Amino acid sequence: MTKIFNKLALSTSALLASGSALAATGAVADEFKWMTFAVFGVIIAITMGVTYWAAKHTHTTSEFYAAGRSVSGIQNGWAIAGDYLSAASFLGIAGLISLYGYDGFMYSVGWLVAYITVLLVIAEPCRNIGKYTMGDILAFRNEPKKVKTVAALSTITVSTFYLTAQMVGGGVLIKTLIGIDYETSIVGVGILMLVYVVFGGMKATTWVQIIKAGLLVCASLLLVFFVWMPYGFSLPDYLQAVVGDTKVQAQVAKLLGDKATTMTAAELGQRFLEPGLFLKSPIDQISLGMALVLGTAGMPHILMRFFTVPTAKAARLSVIWAMGIIGGFYVLTLFLGTGAAMLVGPAKIASIDPGGNMAGPLLAQYLGGGADSLLGNFFLAFVAAVAFATIVAVVAGLVLAAASAMAHDIYVGVIRGDHATPQEQVVAARVASVIVGIMAITVGIMAKGQNVAHLVALAFAVAASSNLPAVMLTLYWKKCNTGGIIAGMLIGAITAIALVMISPNMTYPQAVIKAAHKVIDGDPASEAKPAVEAKSGEGFSCELFATCKKAEPAKAAEDAKPAKPGTREKLVTLQAKLDAATDEADKKKVQADLDKVKKAHDKAEGDLKKFDGQTTSMVGLEKPFFLLKNPGLISIPLGFLAVIIGSLLYRDQRAEDMWDELYVRQNTGINAEAASAH
Amino acid sequence: MSKPSMNWAAIDADPRFQALHRKKTTFLWGLMFISTVYYFLLPIGAAYYQDLFKIKVWGVVNVGILFALSEFIVAWAIAFIYSKKANAEFDAMAQEIINDAHKMGA
Repeated sequence: MTKIFNKLALSTSALLASGSALAATGAVADEFKWMTFAVFGVIIAITMGVTYWAAKHTHTTSEFYAAGRSVSGIQNGWAIAGDYLSAASFLGIAGLISLYGYDGFMYSVGWLVAYITVLLVIAEPCRNIGKYTMGDILAFRNEPKKVKTVAALSTITVSTFYLTAQMVGGGVLIKTLIGIDYETSIVGVGILMLVYVVFGGMKATTWVQIIKAGLLVCASLLLVFFVWMPYGFSLPDYLQAVVGDTKVQAQVAKLLGDKATTMTAAELGQRFLEPGLFLKSPIDQISLGMALVLGTAGMPHILMRFFTVPTAKAARLSVIWAMGIIGGFYVLTLFLGTGAAMLVGPAKIASIDPGGNMAGPLLAQYLGGGADSLLGNFFLAFVAAVAFATIVAVVAGLVLAAASAMAHDIYVGVIRGDHATPQEQVVAARVASVIVGIMAITVGIMAKGQNVAHLVALAFAVAASSNLPAVMLTLYWKKCNTGGIIAGMLIGAITAIALVMISPNMTYPQAVIKAAHKVIDGDPASEAKPAVEAKSGEGFSCELFATCKKAEPAKAAEDAKPAKPGTREKLVTLQAKLDAATDEADKKKVQADLDKVKKAHDKAEGDLKKFDGQTTSMVGLEKPFFLLKNPGLISIPLGFLAVIIGSLLYRDQRAEDMWDELYVRQNTGINAEAASAH
Repeated sequence: MSKPSMNWAAIDADPRFQALHRKKTTFLWGLMFISTVYYFLLPIGAAYYQDLFKIKVWGVVNVGILFALSEFIVAWAIAFIYSKKANAEFDAMAQEIINDAHKMGA
């Protein structure tokens, strides 16, 4: 085993080394790339060492899936934080704040509040009842084969959505940061993660999460210290500087468009700290909030973490620590985001990545002394390496969760009827990990260039509509049974997925073609328009489905506007300007503008070609039928309802008879799976 | 790994277990209710009470920012209150039941 492990480790480092040869462009300048790779190398070496140690202690099923239940509460708290603070929250939220101010910060709150549900209703009962998977909890007083099949299906679905988003996001991120080829980074992340999971099981995965969470918190603390120190750590003084910054004011003016013309600079800056620059639909916001607050508690890779601690008390302690770390981290992102907006500038952040993902790394570079300094690039290299570690760690946790559903629930539970030898179980777990890992790499490469941002929200929505109602009701409602769980999980998951398929998240060719034409041909001149009063809609359901009239907000009066030129016209004028320019500096500036316009033009042309002749989305719609981006508002209540109705129709005396045992055990921990002796 | 079989119905019927069950249920779902309501006040306030959120109270710091920060404080406070209560009360009550569990209904 150790021999194979060494070989694999060697080939991984070789692969990563070859990545440096492929490096082309990226946020890190070429002459400083060696630093990024050096930091990568150190992190990989440490985690490989941990995996080597963990592999020596991973022989039984309990050790592979649950680290022998020997993880302490505090360790598990750090590991949960490591699992949860994905690249999306580490880079994404700081980016949202840097571009949209208050709304970005507001968005981060739901991610912490989610842990209240985990703490109060999920963590301790799951520790007391569970063994290795969500399927074990659901099978406690129900028909194991049926329930485990549905639970495994749901686990694999949720994990795959989340995994795809992480893989694609990670590939793009590594390319933007250091310029490594997309496919190479996906394969690199995949192989590295597989080494952790296959050899070290849950023990290695846990420690990789802990190391990564530690690095992430240290890096953020350091950056916030430098950002906030000049203001004597005073919140009002610091935010005063943010709103007084011209780059921030320019960004607000850009976001508000015509409305900004009557505002003073101070008003524009202050607007950055007020809601409404990014999030428009409050109902959508509430729907997303529901998916977050209930979905986290249904995430298989989070549930699984509670099987790794020795007692319910340790499970409780781990959530408390996780909440401290995660919440503290999101408070830090307020400073990272606003700091990046003030020091680097939203325009520059968005020019490298439109989603704002580069806010944190660029802030690091600025604080170290800028793009040409050694320290600045060391900071950037460090943050880039942490981002890389983040992706690998989150993916490892997800693969382990999906593999456990496949091996423990499906193979051992359903196919072998729980009659597999311990040896066979461990082999099955490792084989399943390899299968899921290869699947993750394949899906990651296939989904290149796709818009996957909504997949994270979809994963949470499915977890909240399918997993959570089933787990919660089997734990707290006596009459819950097999029929209810199957009905609830299927209806919850299918509704969530179906609603997303007909929602604004999908690509609608007509809208894309219209937007592309607008880019190329520009806006025609428009006459002055009078103010329009707000119109009330025809009822609440009209806000959700495109069947009747939606409420419309009031519109301010508009002045007459001259025509705006499109890229086609701009290209001609800029080219003429370039030919006329004599000064070198002027020429450079015009050339840069020209390149920018050309890029936009090419993208629009590309879109036109790509969607030429298409009029409907993947499911045959011309425009969204479901008007929210997140389906939670409908699919979560439906999931709960389906469990209740299914249970009442199915009737199972055995499930009711076993209620006493389940309820006593979840509250007292009598007969809970013990920690393995070491 | 044989586990002693228990008379679960007897434990469930035990007054001490019933007391634990009642206390825990009210406490947990009460906290859950408070945290949910408090959380959804944020998106609702940001959407429908923007004028309130825009009031500056501490330099440029406005009600909206303080309210968002208070969400963190409330979440931590709920976690802290729950763990205090569970460590001090629920665990001890459960331990008593565990100690006598094998005798119940025998």
